[in-house]
Amino acid sequence: MPEQYRVAVIGSGPAGLSAAARAAKVGMTHILIEKTDHLSDTIFKYQKGKHVMATPSNLVLRSDLDFDAGKREFILDTWDEQVAAGKINVRLNAEVTAISGTTGKFVIEIKGGEPIHAEAVVMGIGTQGNPNKLRCPGADLPLIQYQLDDPGEYFDEHITVVGSGDAGIENALGLAADPKQNNIVTILNRGSDFARAKAANVTLLEEAEAAGRIIVRRETSPAEVRADELVLDTRDGQETIPCNRIIARTGSQPPRGFVEACGIEFTGGDRGAFPKLSPSFETTKQGIHVIGALAGYPLIKHCMNQGYDVIEFLNGNLDLKPADEPILAQKFDALPGVRSVDQWLETFRANVVILQDLSPLQMRELMLDSTVSGYEAGEEIFERNDPGSSMFGIAEGSVLVEVNPDDPSVTVSIEQGSIFGEVGLISGRRRGSTIRAAEPTIVIELSRTAALKLIATTPSAARAVNAISIERQLLQMFGSGLMRDDVAELVAAAEVVDVRAGKVVIEEGADDKDVYVIRRGSMIVEKQIGGAPVFLSYLPAGTYFGEMAVVDGSARTATVKAAIKSEVVRFPGEAFVRLLARKPALREKAMAEMASRREINSFIESRKDSFGSVVDMYSETARFLIDNGIGEATDVLLIDEKLCVGCDNCEKACADSHEGLSRLDREAGRTYAHLHVPTSCRHCEHPHCMADCPPNAIKRGPDGEVFIDDTCIGCGNCQRNCPYGVIRMDAAPPPKPSLLSWLLFGKGPGPGEASYSWRKHEAAKRGMETGKSAIKCDMCSGIEGGPACVRACPTGAAIRVSPEKFLTFTKLAEDVE
Amino acid sequence: MASVPGQDQGFRERRQSSDHEGFLAHKRFRWLKIAGAVCLIAILGYFWSDVTPHPNGGSWYGYTLGTIGAVLIVWLALLGIRKRNMTEGRWSLKAWTSAHVYLGLALIVIGTLHTGFQFGWNVHTLAYGLMMVVILSGIYGISVYASLPAALSNNSREMTRKEMVEALAAIDRQLHSAAQPLNREEADLVIAALDQDTFGWGLGARLLARYRGCTTTTALAHFASDWSRPVGSDDPRDKVRALLGKRKTQLDQIRRHMRIKALLEVWLYIHIPATIALLAALTAHIVSVFFYW
Ligand SMILES: Cc1cc2nc3c(=O)[nH]c(=O)nc-3n(C[C@H](O)[C@H](O)[C@H](O)COP(=O)(O)OP(=O)(O)OC[C@H]3O[C@@H](n4cnc5c(N)ncnc54)[C@H](O)[C@@H]3O)c2cc1C
Ligand code: HEM
Ligand code: SF4
Ligand code: SF4
Ligand code: SF4
Repeated sequence: MPEQYRVAVIGSGPAGLSAAARAAKVGMTHILIEKTDHLSDTIFKYQKGKHVMATPSNLVLRSDLDFDAGKREFILDTWDEQVAAGKINVRLNAEVTAISGTTGKFVIEIKGGEPIHAEAVVMGIGTQGNPNKLRCPGADLPLIQYQLDDPGEYFDEHITVVGSGDAGIENALGLAADPKQNNIVTILNRGSDFARAKAANVTLLEEAEAAGRIIVRRETSPAEVRADELVLDTRDGQETIPCNRIIARTGSQPPRGFVEACGIEFTGGDRGAFPKLSPSFETTKQGIHVIGALAGYPLIKHCMNQGYDVIEFLNGNLDLKPADEPILAQKFDALPGVRSVDQWLETFRANVVILQDLSPLQMRELMLDSTVSGYEAGEEIFERNDPGSSMFGIAEGSVLVEVNPDDPSVTVSIEQGSIFGEVGLISGRRRGSTIRAAEPTIVIELSRTAALKLIATTPSAARAVNAISIERQLLQMFGSGLMRDDVAELVAAAEVVDVRAGKVVIEEGADDKDVYVIRRGSMIVEKQIGGAPVFLSYLPAGTYFGEMAVVDGSARTATVKAAIKSEVVRFPGEAFVRLLARKPALREKAMAEMASRREINSFIESRKDSFGSVVDMYSETARFLIDNGIGEATDVLLIDEKLCVGCDNCEKACADSHEGLSRLDREAGRTYAHLHVPTSCRHCEHPHCMADCPPNAIKRGPDGEVFIDDTCIGCGNCQRNCPYGVIRMDAAPPPKPSLLSWLLFGKGPGPGEASYSWRKHEAAKRGMETGKSAIKCDMCSGIEGGPACVRACPTGAAIRVSPEKFLTFTKLAEDVE
Repeated sequence: MASVPGQDQGFRERRQSSDHEGFLAHKRFRWLKIAGAVCLIAILGYFWSDVTPHPNGGSWYGYTLGTIGAVLIVWLALLGIRKRNMTEGRWSLKAWTSAHVYLGLALIVIGTLHTGFQFGWNVHTLAYGLMMVVILSGIYGISVYASLPAALSNNSREMTRKEMVEALAAIDRQLHSAAQPLNREEADLVIAALDQDTFGWGLGARLLARYRGCTTTTALAHFASDWSRPVGSDDPRDKVRALLGKRKTQLDQIRRHMRIKALLEVWLYIHIPATIALLAALTAHIVSVFFYW
């Protein structure tokens, strides 16, 4: 009979390590099983010397292992020592391939080894998953690697990178960056273009190819790997190239498949879903627990605390309060009445409709990313035109929406349990109306991340938010004193449609009769004039279109297509016509809008004859801007190269008003007709950079700016996720001597960003060693006078614009002329 | 076709009034109008005040113009500080430059009237002369500011300066290996082309785009004169010729870039030192007027 452990901990990341350490401490028989030949592979793979951060700072660490902000090496060494000293039973090089059995008698299969038996399982395998292996003969030869830590360590080699995503391209560029290394770098792409990679990376790759630094082989895939050789399948048959090293970057398989195979259910079908968990981290498979990043807690401190907690629970300590208890208690402190954290959580869950299906653990997690506040009757919760992408739930009381901006006495009430603010969440646009508490009211404000996670993982919440948001959007858009009943018919018939970028929603000349509302994203309107499509206008989220053909009974007069990935709501045209018939005020408004639209169209059409080239140029410019992300921007820096003298004062000003590092790269970026889009943040409506930030450090600020706060841990996810390459990772430089001492005595590096060597040297001299963190444009928020880059441009070349203002005919045509 | 919510535009307008308008046209030529008015008043005043026996800087009207002129000069010189001092507040360098240009031009009128057309070999006329040097260089400055940026943009074809230099380095690596099979004499030509420092030329060469002794041109001339083989042959000399051609094209782009940048900046090397000299002369002028007149 093999040994039976009380608990088997799978995965030695911070979560698993901490669990095993606790088990050892309380004298539980245990085994810690790790796939690789070292502990904590995710942290092991961080860049050498990375400064690891210990966020959130207000969370106390509860673990038998030490952890504080510091260098990667120091943290790993500390753990290695403490694991040895704490007599933790570790099995390295043991990949778990399956788990079977039930509570009390689990059998854990190990790849190439004897199975392990345990009464309970704690799974802390993180979210990295396994890299996809090459699928060809020779795929297990040692010259293949799935990770590239330091491109600078290889010399004089033939290296082939397989994979056409960002990771592959970045690796190839890194390997070929320094000609002194003398590597011959080839990258293979199964397709003919690099559709999955960021445009910026593709451009760099193409340049490197043109410059002869990298060999790019398209429509080519590996056929067989041999020692120092690679056989390729190309369009024209097989070919063999010399190859000493293969870097395979063909994506990875998320661990979900493995987890599900163990009998564990997830909260939903999409990528953002997590295993369903009880308050003691138990999954739907009794006896198996999930903690750490896999459970949805991607910060090291959370992971370690959960490792400790899960063992305490297993050990029968059921009264243990989670470590985040004091944080929640503090959040709830300001609320009226005295209730315990658990009572508050239960109040919120029971009262707010969209939270009803949540488990206590999910409630806790949600509340960590949320704020709660109490308001007196009449107190303002937010104001019309405030930026904001959070969503609110009414836990107690009710609120009043001021639907008419000109007359605050016209209000609509929203009752207890319902939500508000969801339009901002979905469209990424400013608040449409002012909202005040109608009576003493308690509301929960869910941050954008928390709300999106909730919608993604809880189907009932998603349905509720959808229905409410469509109704509210209609009411807000049409205004004119409409009530819920008026739009009920439209809401009932509404259908949400996803449209990918470039997809046509309405085709010129067609005679369908639907009306659409843009829920998120944006559209462009084009018309065929003189055989070429001419750009007519740009429609941001919150706009309706398609009503003209319905009202006039005519064919579609123009084509409407998605500028970026968007979501539209489709309504049957007749229902819209009936609504107009019932509501003369709305009809009048719609007619007036249609008239002005017709006027612009015919104006452009008439100009086409007399000023054809201007109209073409304007159309091309509009298209160029949309290709460069202006369609999803809220605010973007443009440079008029007919005025820019290349003084780089904009960059210098940016650096000097932001800790000495510039957040824009003037020269880089695309140019069309002397309009240049530099590498600088677009403050996207739905920022891609926010998608995957472990500490949720990326937020939208009071002026609509997307900024990164000081909880950034420097993981680089946002840098990878931003399609425009505007985020840089760097350490805050030491302060410079004053301008006067530079002017008079030549002290220091002068205005603007100091050179890398100066920063490095000064930092070393002062013993300031800080970790790199992500930095990006914050639109100069908090700086009186606004964006420094614009203010510092001597010629007026640098301007900041919002797309709906800039992408208009008058604006562009006047610039073109 | 559609209704667009116009709600948040006023808001943005308030926060960042970045109108798309060059510095010369700033706020519909506000400073041109102001400077024009100042000049007009100064000229009218000159005739109206009718200083006897003849107009000079020592009259009450002369003092007035002199004071205005001196204050203006000091303020104009402060642009150098303003430009480098990113403080908070609702100012923009564009507005400053706009005012700088037009008020600077107004100094021609103010300064000249202040002299009362009395010139001589003295510190006073020196100050006037230096002022005119600064102003004339400034006029050159705005003429290049107005005409060259588009050329700079056209030339760069979306490449940054760094990318241009890297592209050249990449061609050079190819040239280096392509030149291996050549005979000693021809290889030396290529090596000479590769070894020449792209940035080691004087200001004159940069400004005039005249690069005498450019070894790339020499090497290209040598290989280009040999058309004995069919076009596109595999001969190493043809490969080298093609690469040298590429190198020359890349080099030309970098040189044009440097030329335009130099033209955009060179005048500041007169404008700024002359400003400093002017401030010194102005001080001397004022001191001498008050203490020795
Ligand atoms: C570049 C980067 C920087 C970061 N910086 C910070 C930071 O500064 N501060 C911070 O708090 N967080 C940071 N994070 C996040 C943090 O590292 C992770 O969220 C955390 O490591 C997750 O811990 P875990 O224990 O859940 O899983 P992991 O640390 O991912 O550990 C999982 C372990 O399980 C092993 N494993 C997987 N599958 C199996 C299997 N089938 N059998 C056996 N073993 C298996 C793996 O090899 C691995 O060792 C960063 C993340 C990245 C990518
Ligand atoms: C006596 C009069 C003047 C003085 C003392 C003066 C002084 C200065 C100074 C100190 C600078 C800052 C340069 C720098 O630091 O980079 C400057 C810049 C400039 N000046 Fe003048 N100037 C004068 C007149 C003029 C006139 C008449 C013109 C134009 C017709 C002019 C055009 C400019 C321009 C275009 C700049 C560059 C702005 C920039 O790029 O930041 N100046 N001047
Ligand atoms: S400050 Fe203006 S002129 Fe100078 S580089 Fe930037 S955009 Fe060009
Ligand atoms: S950093 Fe990138 S993704 Fe994020 S808002 Fe800016 S441009 Fe958009
Ligand atoms: S707005 Fe401010 S932070 Fe953003 S690029 Fe301009 S100067 Fe930098």
